[in-house]
Amino acid sequence: MISAGMTQAIPQGVEYVRILPEIVLSLFGMAIMVLEPLVDERSNQKLLGLIALTGSVAAIAASLYQSQFPGMGFWGMVKIDAFSTFFHVLVTAIAAVVILSSFEYMQVQQIRAGEYYGLILFGAVGMCLMSSAVELVLIFIALEISSISTYVLAGFRRRAAISSEASLKYFLLGSFATAFFLYGVALMFGATGSTSISVIAEALRSSAIPMLAYAGIAFMFVGLGFKVAAAPFHVWTPDVYEGAPAPVVGFMSTAPKAAAFAVLLRIMFEANAPGRVWLIWVAAALSMTLGNVGALVQQNVKRLLAYSSIAHAGYVLVAFAALPNNGVPAAMFYTASYAAMNVGAFAVVGHLAGAGERYVSLDDYAGLGRRSPVLAASLTIFLLSLIGIPMTGGFFAKFYVFSAALQANLVGLTIIGVLNSAVGAYYYLRIIVVMYMREAREELPAVPVSPALGTALAISVAATLYLGLLPGRVLEFASRSAAELLH
Amino acid sequence: MNAEKWSPVILTLVTFIPLAGALLLLLLPRRDRDIRIFSLVVTLFTFVLSLHLPVHFHRALSGFQYEIDRAWIPTPNIHYHLGVDGISMWLVVLTTFLTPLCVLISWKSIHERVKEFFIILLVLETALIGVFVALDLFVFYFFWEATLIPMALLIGMYGHGRRVYAAVKFFMYTMIASVFMLAAILWLYAKVGTFDFVTIQDAIRSGQVGNFAGAAQWLFLGFFIAFAVKVPLFPFHTWLPDAHVEAPTAGSVLLAGVLLKMGTYGMLRFNLGLFPEQARANAWWVMILALIGIIYGALVALVQPNMKKLIAYSSISHLGFVVLGIFSFTQAGLDGATFVMLAHGVSTGALFMLAGILYERRHTYEISEFGGLASSMPMYASFFLFVVLASVGLPLLNGFIGEFLVLSGAFQDRAVYGILGATGIIWSAGYLLWMYQRVFYGKITHPVNETLPDLDTRERVALLPAAAAALVMGVAPLLWLNAIDPAVQTALAPFAQLASKVVGQ
Repeated sequence: MISAGMTQAIPQGVEYVRILPEIVLSLFGMAIMVLEPLVDERSNQKLLGLIALTGSVAAIAASLYQSQFPGMGFWGMVKIDAFSTFFHVLVTAIAAVVILSSFEYMQVQQIRAGEYYGLILFGAVGMCLMSSAVELVLIFIALEISSISTYVLAGFRRRAAISSEASLKYFLLGSFATAFFLYGVALMFGATGSTSISVIAEALRSSAIPMLAYAGIAFMFVGLGFKVAAAPFHVWTPDVYEGAPAPVVGFMSTAPKAAAFAVLLRIMFEANAPGRVWLIWVAAALSMTLGNVGALVQQNVKRLLAYSSIAHAGYVLVAFAALPNNGVPAAMFYTASYAAMNVGAFAVVGHLAGAGERYVSLDDYAGLGRRSPVLAASLTIFLLSLIGIPMTGGFFAKFYVFSAALQANLVGLTIIGVLNSAVGAYYYLRIIVVMYMREAREELPAVPVSPALGTALAISVAATLYLGLLPGRVLEFASRSAAELLH
Repeated sequence: MNAEKWSPVILTLVTFIPLAGALLLLLLPRRDRDIRIFSLVVTLFTFVLSLHLPVHFHRALSGFQYEIDRAWIPTPNIHYHLGVDGISMWLVVLTTFLTPLCVLISWKSIHERVKEFFIILLVLETALIGVFVALDLFVFYFFWEATLIPMALLIGMYGHGRRVYAAVKFFMYTMIASVFMLAAILWLYAKVGTFDFVTIQDAIRSGQVGNFAGAAQWLFLGFFIAFAVKVPLFPFHTWLPDAHVEAPTAGSVLLAGVLLKMGTYGMLRFNLGLFPEQARANAWWVMILALIGIIYGALVALVQPNMKKLIAYSSISHLGFVVLGIFSFTQAGLDGATFVMLAHGVSTGALFMLAGILYERRHTYEISEFGGLASSMPMYASFFLFVVLASVGLPLLNGFIGEFLVLSGAFQDRAVYGILGATGIIWSAGYLLWMYQRVFYGKITHPVNETLPDLDTRERVALLPAAAAALVMGVAPLLWLNAIDPAVQTALAPFAQLASKVVGQ
């Protein structure tokens, strides 16, 4: 396949379709950047937001269109299959919902919106490319595109010191992590003589596995483990999530994670990485435990959800330790349902935070059930899904992951996971308890929900319930893409 | 109208009409009176509809009736499979019977967040019915967990002083316990490839499940722990008094009346139905725990200064009878256990309603705050006495038959169980009548009690059905037992085989 691509010096027309979503996102992103200084600052917010929304919706359409042209492109660096389509749609849908939920936030926080929307679209370009790239150097470049956008986004509350701190921390540690990834790529190249995943897979299958390959896998895992906030590479998460703007957290806790998981799936399963199970086992057990235990004592809702996101990375990793034929779809389903509930949860958090994100402590949620019943009810649905209560996407996500692990005879890891979900129930429940069963200390104003945010919430709630009541179609699609991934 | 035509959809209707009512309530404006009337209409309609079940039930047939079985989710292989036998059918009717009474009893006592209250109540009704009609283990687990949230919200939002503590304790206890059941369910699914109760049961009985012998004990325990916490069996009972004392009246009625029966129903259906050998092997310690529950619950009830806590502990004692009956593996024992479930639901439900009525007037449950109420509230006193007598097990009222059958079953199993269990009846007469004496007889010691208003019409309307049911169940228990009997026979069939195997050896 590689040689077939190589012979054609100039990419064919259909190959451009295979990066169509990326092209669409980039064009819209650039349009926003160009337009931003031209339109009046006060009135431009909505306009630029709408352009960004159109861009992300167009990218969803492009991803679906693109799925009709499966195959390789650009000298074997990009591969469009059901797997990449799944993550393309997921990432662009997350971007769309986050943009919707940002309209109101941007106005309340009085942040210049242009670059913000542009960066979300550029970030999505990187994440989309991560899921379709099958060549390690391109994956690295895509990872950098996605990371650099999120570094800047994390610091977007420029007036808040905590946001700048988050950005800097994220940037420093993140660069360090990507360096690890690149180092791993280099070692892999040394071990197998190629950076193409399919060639690496063949090399690892045919000959005795060299030590270098183990080291390469380990280094790449460090880099990606950082991106998905898996322990022991998670320490940045609480600080960054606390400081970054709430909708951005909704974005960066789901989309880049999904993309990084996509890369991990390709490396671990498609390339048939050696030493996968024990490496993942340790990281999964640590992430679930440290995340859940850390979340138990948090008073700040954003920090609490940060620790919870570490724990959820752990649950996804459990699927990585399982057998490929059911581990891969389980992991994919998990990232999708986690995206639905977490984007929604952070949309609520962002709305309630108020100007300057003053109201983010657990006490500020007291009496929310009375103050704004609809917001409280939707947050409850997201939290129940995070717990893993039946009827919600979170339940089937955990269900598929743990049953995949059981089928791979990972009884120990499953027990750790199930116990952790029980611990997790406690702190999510605390938020629900505070919302419904505590009276507010001071009378906080009930800010009406804007139509855009309402739409974003409705989409998230619908997605969470859809995945919980009728998970069949999504799972089936995930299984099909897993089959393609594994040939 | 052709009754057969209805039979595949009737269970779905009965289960989901309350939920549909809850969704409609969401749209209604916040006019409290309308909301109350609407909820009453919905719950009454559900009750009338649920009467279709016993009316058209084929009492001669064993096995499940009114079945519906549709594919729902392909992976995992989940079927929307509902059906009832003579045991679960009556539990469904018990649920639909108690819920309208709960609406009536909450008419005035809930005056804040009324809309939310009735939405939660209706959602809870759907979940409770779902637990009893589900024949797919997954659907069962789904409803089982679904009862948790509305119940915890009822306690936590509308309860008394330490309501948050009680709600969280209730939620965590039952949630963690049911994780073990989920693990067992998943194991069965992994081996059999379906969640269907009947298919799994057949697979186990014909020995088609790989590694079953090694895992059976753990599976039994996985289910058992979830049910034991719900019942609650000693020593898993500590959440119950807290939950009851803090819960609003309607919450207590449904908690004691129906929720606890989920545990005993689960034992009957799953522990006995799927793992008869393990049930037999583990019966000795389960029966000891049940006996401890009977006696311990009664003794603690005896010394409670708080009326509601007293009734709560009496529930522990009564549910001990149910477990004792179930694990005696005798026809009489299981018949009795099922009957006690129903009788206890009616009479303890009524007791909690009565306690709630008093609380509305005095805002306390302390027994020492009362005394001599018989003169100021004569009608209330007579209702209370009637219900107490029913609960104590006076012949011709509903408490007697069930406990009698349970004890005769226990005697057949081992005499000492029967003797120890029988003391529970004495204890229950002790604590209930003593409480009655302290509350209603003697002189009025607190002046406020002199002017307490007697039952008003609404309260009488709420209490009368419960009292009538207690009487009818006591006089004509066969109306219930002739449906329960075949179901119990089916449940006991593998035990007869086990026994003959033992004899054969």
